Amino acid sequence: MKPYSLLVALSGGLLVACAATPPVTSSAKAPAPTVAGAPIAAPAPPAYASTYRPMPATNTLLRGATVLTGTGERLENADVLLVDGKVAALGQGLAVPAGAVAVDAKGLWITPGIIDAHSHLGVYPSPGMRSLSDGNEATSPNTAQVWAEHSVWPQDPGFGAALAGGVTSMMVLPGSANLFGGRTITLKNVAGRSVQDMKFPGAPYGLKIACGENPKRVYGEGRKMLPSTRMGNMAGFRNAFIDARKYRDDLAKYERDRATKPDAQPPTRNLQNETLAGVLSGEIIVQNHCYRADEMVQMLDLAKEFGFRIGTFHHAVEAYKVADILAANGTCSAMWADWWGFKMESLDGIRENIAMVDAAGACAVVHSDSEVGIQHLNQEASKAMAAGRGMGLTITPEHAITWLTRNPARAIGVADRTGTLEPGKMADVVLWNGNPFSVYALAQKVYIDGALVYDRHDPAKQPISDFALGLTPAGGAR
Amino acid sequence: MNARSFALVALLGTSVLSSFAVAETIVLRGATVHTVGPNGTLQNATIVMQDGVIAAVGKDVRIPTGARVVDVTGQVITPGLVDAYGRLGVTEVDGEAATVDESARGLPYSAAFSVAEAIEPRSIRIQVNRAEGITAGLVAPEASMDSSGLGTIIAGQASFLRLKPGMAIDVRTPVGFVFTYGEAGADLSGGARSAVLLRLRALLDDARDYAANREAFNNGARREYTGTRQDLEALQPLLAGKAPLLAEVHRASDILVLLKLAREQRLKLVVIGGAEAWEVAPQLAAAKVPVVLDVFENLPSSFEMLGATFDNAARLNAAGVEIAFSYAEHYNPRNARQLAGNAVAHGLPFDAALAAITRNPARIYGAGDTLGTLEVGKTADLVVWDGDPLETSTLTMQVYVGGEPVPTTSRQTLLRDRYRTPRGTLPPAYVHPTAK
Repeated sequence: MKPYSLLVALSGGLLVACAATPPVTSSAKAPAPTVAGAPIAAPAPPAYASTYRPMPATNTLLRGATVLTGTGERLENADVLLVDGKVAALGQGLAVPAGAVAVDAKGLWITPGIIDAHSHLGVYPSPGMRSLSDGNEATSPNTAQVWAEHSVWPQDPGFGAALAGGVTSMMVLPGSANLFGGRTITLKNVAGRSVQDMKFPGAPYGLKIACGENPKRVYGEGRKMLPSTRMGNMAGFRNAFIDARKYRDDLAKYERDRATKPDAQPPTRNLQNETLAGVLSGEIIVQNHCYRADEMVQMLDLAKEFGFRIGTFHHAVEAYKVADILAANGTCSAMWADWWGFKMESLDGIRENIAMVDAAGACAVVHSDSEVGIQHLNQEASKAMAAGRGMGLTITPEHAITWLTRNPARAIGVADRTGTLEPGKMADVVLWNGNPFSVYALAQKVYIDGALVYDRHDPAKQPISDFALGLTPAGGAR
Repeated sequence: MNARSFALVALLGTSVLSSFAVAETIVLRGATVHTVGPNGTLQNATIVMQDGVIAAVGKDVRIPTGARVVDVTGQVITPGLVDAYGRLGVTEVDGEAATVDESARGLPYSAAFSVAEAIEPRSIRIQVNRAEGITAGLVAPEASMDSSGLGTIIAGQASFLRLKPGMAIDVRTPVGFVFTYGEAGADLSGGARSAVLLRLRALLDDARDYAANREAFNNGARREYTGTRQDLEALQPLLAGKAPLLAEVHRASDILVLLKLAREQRLKLVVIGGAEAWEVAPQLAAAKVPVVLDVFENLPSSFEMLGATFDNAARLNAAGVEIAFSYAEHYNPRNARQLAGNAVAHGLPFDAALAAITRNPARIYGAGDTLGTLEVGKTADLVVWDGDPLETSTLTMQVYVGGEPVPTTSRQTLLRDRYRTPRGTLPPAYVHPTAK
């Protein structure tokens, strides 16, 4: 896991803000922000920076609940104290600090906020109108230069619905039409006027890439161009990384030479290669749409050839076939509980996939890829637990919650700040009316950075998007 | 043509003969039984399955001599689940056109198009979903568009399929006529809802004229009709009220239009989709029009679903509308019970939720006399669960179709078993299914 400071530097400055100067992919050399070339005392925020501010919060003590910490532990009759937007303490019989509110949570369950590592909210919003469809820049197999955040429509009513399902953070990805779909963006699930208001401060970028049927169908079948085959897919990936490597090396050479050679020229800035260079340096996490086991192994070889890591295989319906290899590579799998058979590369999907990946010691993530599924990721995990039980695996709620919180946090690179209930972590918390792995469970209250952002029983605490305004019904739970 | 004609196509191969051998009498003892019938829920009850039907169900039941008794103490039994609107048997892999028989491009036919004879009873999808409790389903055709950009006005005839193992296909056709209205329907008719209604009324009018003047038609002495002879013939059960119009429609105001049209044309109507149906629940109840809905459709996904809500099922039920649940992804009707569980979480009584995936869809498609509840004399299609059938944490233990146990293995369980650990020294390709 990357240290926090590095992540902040990455997102806040280097790859993002260097409009006037060539990008620098080493985090140690962040140039001071300037205005019109002159140094300023209080640095202006770089372009595209997060403007997220936590909502007003009252320090809160949640008392007497069953707590799944996200670290694998389960505490009974336990309290969770939220102070200044952070988890301050967990334990029994905690005192209510002065000025804090106490919430009786007896009989209720508490979990970390759910994190969806694969969402298209905002880029494929509701309503699904053509004019709002901004998820696939399907005009070239390589669109590594596009950023999902530039497509996110903050008024998507799906954000509020996901919040009612306990989702506090998510990664929004471009679609999978292209080999290189573009940069992902990690959001806090808060109502913002702009996507900048929602951007998870300091979260690393991801790069969406796609194996298999989609790129070859869109380009080969659709446009009669490369890739039309899986070998074409691989050639497309390799050629792009060869270019990116040269870009990176040219840039490094320029950095070495600029002090001693006044006429040294940086390479022409190239957004595609900037992103791919970020992958090569490890600052951008590879988020790889890939269904088939054999293709995951191919992609691990691609990563080996160019010296980068694949953070997560998304969908990964055949991950169970190579779970040992995924574990050895430290690659996460973000999976559905039971989607299968809608195309050839999903035909071998099985209910036990998540449990088998988990049992092999690999990082298992339950993801949605759906504005519907994101509202009940807890139920999807429940089905995966049941399937595991059916084959003799013992999976406790305190373990299964890691598929929804800690592991997706790891997959998208924010596990040092959220995903578990540990002192110092962001107070991203869900209060459930029962065992969250029951189909009948509903999120009662949702906290993000300690602020009560959703309350099922208080309409005033339910965000309504501009689009949903005046519609019946309008609330987040709908 | 008899709308209720029962077509049993039994293509006997040697491998299925065994399943028709002397049916064993099987007794399930000790379960909690949700009959979904007048007897409600029975604790610690016994069910006797004999000759394909339920011979007894209750607490004090005489066990026939020679019966095989299966102890299911602590487990839960429900009627077999019914896929209330799907494509089982006619679609295998959506992305592969060669495996998809739910629609045809550019045909001159519409209402005459039937999916019945395309059904593959050994479909992987059927196998997988049956092993998890789906024992019957509505198989619907889908509207299609020809090269001119005009679509079918009636997509075709829907079939009701019982998921018997083997090659025998137990299918009844037509149990409804699929009609796509609303935004998608408008798109099939040049872009306007009014055009859809214009075309439908013209077609129905021609079908009536044809029925009254077959001889004249055959002599070339009638006006030109909008449908083929086959379509006009096929529509007669619809006009006679023997099979309903299965209307894919979401918007409340569209539903009101169709209620009016059904009255005017004297058609039976079933609303398929109905995301905004709750807003016209009293009218639907008064007209006794059922609604087949997807509980998960709670977002304003389009301008005809701006009123979509999780409360749809509970509100319709409270108003007295008969409801059934259909999961959006046709490869996974096994998730209908998850829909039912979510409806309960949002206010629908448990019994009504269970009925929405068993009794109601069976009844809506004319199979209520034999399927959908656990009552003496009804067909023995039932499922044994290891807990609350609506819970996502519950597993399917046993499935019976016509009183016979159905394999709980499927291609998916075979894949699981081949890749589970510890694995042997040979590649997974050498791990074969054990004979069963």
